[in-house]
Amino acid sequence: MSAEFATSRMETAPASTGARLLDLAERHRVLLAGIFLLVFPLVLPFHALAIVILTYGLYALGFNLLFGYLGLLSFGHAALFGGGAYLCGISLVHFGAPWWLGILAGTLGGVLIATLIGSLAIRTRGIYFAMVTLALAQCVYYLFYQAVDWTGGENGLRLPSVTAISPFGIPLNFVDPLTRYYVVAAFVFASLFFLSRILASPFGAVIEGIRENEARARACGYDVTRTRLVAFVLSGAFCGLAGALQALHLAIVPVEMLAIETSGLAVMMCLLGGMGTFFGPFVGAAVFLILENLVSVYTVHWQLVVGVVFIVCVLFFPRGIWGSILHWSRR
Amino acid sequence: MSAPSSDVILRTERVGRSFGKFVALKDVSAEFRRGALTSIIGPNGAGKSTYFNLLSGSLAPSTGKVTFEGKDVTGLPQHRFAHLGIAKSFQITNVFPQLTVRENVRIAAQALKTRFDIWRPRAAMTEFIETADELLRTVGLWHRRGELASALAHGEQRALEIGMALASRPRLLLLDEPTAGMSPEETRTMMDLIVRLASERTVILVEHKMKLVMGICDRLLVLHHGELLAEGTPDEIRRNETVKRVYLGQREH
Ligand SMILES: Nc1ncnc2c1ncn2[C@@H]1O[C@H](COP(=O)(O)OP(=O)(O)OP(=O)(O)O)[C@@H](O)[C@H]1O
Ligand SMILES: [Mg+2]
Repeated sequence: MSAEFATSRMETAPASTGARLLDLAERHRVLLAGIFLLVFPLVLPFHALAIVILTYGLYALGFNLLFGYLGLLSFGHAALFGGGAYLCGISLVHFGAPWWLGILAGTLGGVLIATLIGSLAIRTRGIYFAMVTLALAQCVYYLFYQAVDWTGGENGLRLPSVTAISPFGIPLNFVDPLTRYYVVAAFVFASLFFLSRILASPFGAVIEGIRENEARARACGYDVTRTRLVAFVLSGAFCGLAGALQALHLAIVPVEMLAIETSGLAVMMCLLGGMGTFFGPFVGAAVFLILENLVSVYTVHWQLVVGVVFIVCVLFFPRGIWGSILHWSRR
Repeated sequence: MSAPSSDVILRTERVGRSFGKFVALKDVSAEFRRGALTSIIGPNGAGKSTYFNLLSGSLAPSTGKVTFEGKDVTGLPQHRFAHLGIAKSFQITNVFPQLTVRENVRIAAQALKTRFDIWRPRAAMTEFIETADELLRTVGLWHRRGELASALAHGEQRALEIGMALASRPRLLLLDEPTAGMSPEETRTMMDLIVRLASERTVILVEHKMKLVMGICDRLLVLHHGELLAEGTPDEIRRNETVKRVYLGQREH
């Protein structure tokens, strides 16, 4: 499962119209994402849901950079997502920071926690890496859980609600769901642009190379350990930003954001949408959250239904939803 | 490379390597001349790959010292070797299977010149693409550049690996049984390529089929049971009684 946007791909002549369209879409993936982000709330009129699809999608995107592109399975990403949310919250609650500083704090928080967890975990491989990240994420959970004065402990951290913001001097009503959606979408758009640059850069090629063959990457002269750490930290930036946006949106940081289930969520959304694909994490987040919202109207056992859908997907569409669409249209 | 033939590019001093209690390589001291094509030969399990891995940085020696161009490189991490000017191909084919042939070499070409560059588009960094294309022509894979590496035939994958090794412009090229598992036809093509490459740089070639290298190499090292049995020109080795005994009865395949 190689990256759909690797420059290398563009050389093979597209076979069908569908494939040709996809290749076109790939070349303009950021533009496409922008258009989609603009019209999404028109398609999905539940704006609060649309916002969490974006924040979880961004979280899954950060996870995907590590899992899909570099091939490292982390079970501790909740620490980056929740940590970002808490740091955003703490900066607002305890330091009276403005919203944008909260977002910056959350992103840097993700970077910081990723650096700490990463430097300890990257020396391990496979299941050991998953377990070490999981254990360290549990430590982060415990830390935030215990620091009640700072984090509110098990009650979570309530944020002062952000009502009016004025980015670049433009006054915006942050209470209005649609306005809020577009503010979040702007950050997601910037992230997608950034990710696109990363994937198209020499570094993007290296992480794919490491995923493909670590020994060969080493022999080529790449410091695999350092590359892994850099990727982990970049992943932390995306996840921290996602957490901060989530915190501002919910006006509370529940301690569950740091819990192991949240780590599992990233894995699920990524697999559901298609790992190692550009749009997969968002597709996964959308399908998961829409399903959850739809099914929970009818039954309290929504987790069972979502679980079955997930299993069916993994069994019959191991490339994920978006990954399968890409694959079929290429043949 | 017009360096005098007496110039030593690589030297090992009593290097050895054990795996647990098992001694795979013992006290091998040797010098490799710049510009020469040296072959390391020996029967299966003689310790050739172990020695090769010590030279190429995949393994750290348990004992002894490795010097490259006068610098002590013993135990340096693998990725440093490419930066020093040493490149290698593995005994088992080792490419990036799900990337295109061209991207395989391009990644190898950018390795020494981009460090964590996450911003510039690599499609615009034409120098690496040009290097890749030039090397693909050298190893005869230009017509296959758009294919996934996994779609190549075995022999082609080995050639691709050599193309990748060349991408760092190494002064020393190490090849571990590049003809392993090849058809006679593929083997001939590969040996031709090696001879061509050896005319421009120092090459160390591991091979267990003695016949294959006798005619092309400048010097030979014979390993047996983890020890250096003999060292010399092909003629000297051919006349060497101990070597004859080791290879006697072993039908070459
Ligand atoms: N990682 C390892 N752990 C344990 N034993 C090893 C290891 N690598 C090699 N050996 C042993 O060391 C000895 C030498 O192995 P080596 O691979 O160097 O031989 P070789 O000369 O390359 O043989 P071949 O012609 O089959 O490639 C063998 O007996 C092998 O089983
Ligand atoms: Mg061997």
